[in-house]
Amino acid sequence: MRRFTLIAVPYLWLLALFLVPFIIVLKISLSDVALARPPYAPHFDWATGIWAFLSELDFENFVWLSEDDLYWKAYLSSLKIAFVSTVLTLLVGYPMAYAMARAPEEWRATLMMLVILPFWTSFLIRVYAWMGILSNEGFLNQFLLWTGIISEPLTILTPNTAVYIGIVYTYLPFMILPIYAALERLDDSLIEAAEDLGCSRLTAFWLVTIPLSKTGIVAGCFLVFIPVLGEFVIPSLLGGSDTLMIGKVLWEEFFSNRDWPVASAVAVVLLLLLIIPIVLFQRNQQKQQEAEQ
Amino acid sequence: MTIPVFEPWNDPEAKPLIQFQNVSKRFGDFTAIDDLTIGIYEKEFFALLGPSGCGKTTMMRMLAGFETPTEGAIFLAGQDMAPVPPNKRATNMMFQSYALFPHLSIWENIAFGLKREAMPKNDISDRVDEMLRLTRLEKFARRKPHQISGGQRQRVALARSLAKKPKLLLLDEPLGALDKKLRQDTQFELMDIQEKTGTTFVIVTHDQEEAMTVASRVAVMDNGKIIQVATPDRIYETPNSVYVADFIGEVNIIDGIATPTGEDRYSIAWKEGQAPLNVTSATAFSDGQKCHLAIRPEKVTINAEEPSGVDNVVQGKILDIAYLGNISTYHVELPSGAVIKAQSANTRRISRRAFTWEYTVWLSWTATAGVLLAT
Repeated sequence: MRRFTLIAVPYLWLLALFLVPFIIVLKISLSDVALARPPYAPHFDWATGIWAFLSELDFENFVWLSEDDLYWKAYLSSLKIAFVSTVLTLLVGYPMAYAMARAPEEWRATLMMLVILPFWTSFLIRVYAWMGILSNEGFLNQFLLWTGIISEPLTILTPNTAVYIGIVYTYLPFMILPIYAALERLDDSLIEAAEDLGCSRLTAFWLVTIPLSKTGIVAGCFLVFIPVLGEFVIPSLLGGSDTLMIGKVLWEEFFSNRDWPVASAVAVVLLLLLIIPIVLFQRNQQKQQEAEQ
Repeated sequence: MTIPVFEPWNDPEAKPLIQFQNVSKRFGDFTAIDDLTIGIYEKEFFALLGPSGCGKTTMMRMLAGFETPTEGAIFLAGQDMAPVPPNKRATNMMFQSYALFPHLSIWENIAFGLKREAMPKNDISDRVDEMLRLTRLEKFARRKPHQISGGQRQRVALARSLAKKPKLLLLDEPLGALDKKLRQDTQFELMDIQEKTGTTFVIVTHDQEEAMTVASRVAVMDNGKIIQVATPDRIYETPNSVYVADFIGEVNIIDGIATPTGEDRYSIAWKEGQAPLNVTSATAFSDGQKCHLAIRPEKVTINAEEPSGVDNVVQGKILDIAYLGNISTYHVELPSGAVIKAQSANTRRISRRAFTWEYTVWLSWTATAGVLLAT
C-alpha cells in the first residue's frame, strides 16, 4: 500500500500535467473552428450525451495538414534546422567538453561554472547581444573595418545563419554537460593502453575516446534535437520571413489566424514526431545504466 | 644431470636487453628516480620492489614511454629509447587497473594491438585464439570485460599485452586486485607463461612475497634509488643494508660495536649486562665500528633448557606469541629490555606446545646465522 502511494504521486503528476492537457489538445484538434469563445466547436453537453458529442469530431484538420504544403514544408524545414544545428552544436561542444575533462582537476568546477553562467542572465538579452555583435553595423564589422581587413561591412547575419548561431549558442550547455560527464569518467589508462598497443594519439581518440563517450554524445544530441525541433523563440527573433519552422507556424495559426483546431493538429503531429527521438533517447539512457551495472 | 643455471648477470659477455644509464626523473622539485644505472637481461623475470612512492612505477612508465627521463638514457636492445613514442616500442604493459576496453569483447580486446599492425585477418584470429588458449579464456571470448570475474580480467589483460609478442612485458602491480589464494595461483601461472613465451618480464610490486616467488632477480628500491639487486635468496639471506633486511620478511636488528677476534670473526658488544655476541662476517669491520646484526627469527632457536656448546645464547621471558598456524613467532624480552623474535614450526598440537606466555626460555643461534651490516 505504501509503495502504491509512493508511485501514485508521480503518476498523478503526469496525469494532471501531461495526459489531461494532451487529451484536451487532441480534442480541440478534432473540432471545427467556430466564432465563439473558445473559438471551436463542439462542446460537451450533458443534454445530448457523449455519442452526439463524439460524432461531431473528425480528422478534417489532419487531412488539411497533409493537403496544404506549408505544413509539411515547415515540418521538413524544422527537421533540417534541428539536424544541422545538432551537428553544429556537437562539433562546437565536443572539443569544449573534451578540454574541460582534460583540464586539471582544480579547474574543472570553474570551467563548468563558466558553461552554466550565461544561463543566469536572460536568454533574450544574450540573443540581442549577439545581434549587436554580428549585425551589419555591429561591433565585429566595425572592428574589421577599423583594422582595414574589409572595406565594406559583411552581411554575417543572414536570417538563417542568425538562427543557427542563436540555436548553437543557446543549446551548447545541453551538449557539453552530458559529453563532459562521459569523458570525465574515462580512465586515462585506457588511452595509455591503446597507445601502448600501437595506436597513435589520433587513432586512440577515434577507437577509445569516441566510443566510450558515445552515450554522452547521443544524450547531448537528443537534448538539443528534441527542443530545437519545436523551437519558436529563436526563429521568430532572429529568423527572417523565409525561416520556416513548425513552432512559428503553430504560433501564427494560434494567435494570428485564431484557428485553434488546426494549431492543435499541428501540435499533435509535432508531438508524434518527437516521440520517435524521445523513445530512442530513453533507450540510450537505459543502455548506459545497464552498462554501468 | 646438470640443470643449466640462468644467471646472465654473472656473465661478463652477456649484453643486457634493457640498460638504464644514469637515469634521473624529476617532477618539479620531487626526484622520483635518482641517478639510476641498471641492466636487465633477456628472458629475465625482473621485480621492482619497494614501498609506494619509491619510484618503481615511474621506472616502468619510462620503459613504456609514458614518461621521459630528465637526465640519462634508457637503451632497449642497444637502441636509445628517448625519441621512440609508446606506440612504436617493442614493449607492452599490463596495467594495474587492467585498462581493458569496456566497449570491446574479450576477443576484440586481445586483437586490438594486432589490428594496429598490418596483419592478415587469419593470422590475427590464430594469434588471438592462441592467447585465449594460453590464458584459458576460450569460453569467454565473446563476453564484455564487465561480464567476467576479476581473475579472468587479469588474464585478459595479460593475454592482450602478450599478443603482440613484445620483447619486454611490463607488469604494473598485476595481482594487486586479486585475493590471496587467487594471487598465489596466478603467480605460478605468470611464471609458467613467462617460461613458455620466453619474454622478458619486468614486474612492479610492493608485495615482497610476490617478488620473491616470481622473480629471477629483485631490485629493492627506496626514494628513487635501487638499494640492492640480487636473486631472491641472496636478497633474503645476505641483504646489503638494514633497509633491505627490514623490508624483506621479518628480522631482528641488533645494534652494537664490533671487535675483531679472528679471521672474519667478530665479537659484538651490545646491550649492557648482556654477554657479547659471536658472529662471522665476510665484510670487514674495524675495531670499535658501529654495526647492526640482522638475524631472521627462523634462525633463532628457542629452548626450554639452557643449551650448551652454542655460539650465542641469551635468556629471556616470552612476551608475546604470534600463532600463524604452521609456525609461531615468539617475542622474547631479555632482562635488558630488548625484544628478540624467534620462530619455530608448530610440529606439535597447540595444546601440547612446550612454551607459553611468561615462560623463561633460552634463545640460541650460530655465529653464521646472521648478517653483520654497516648501514
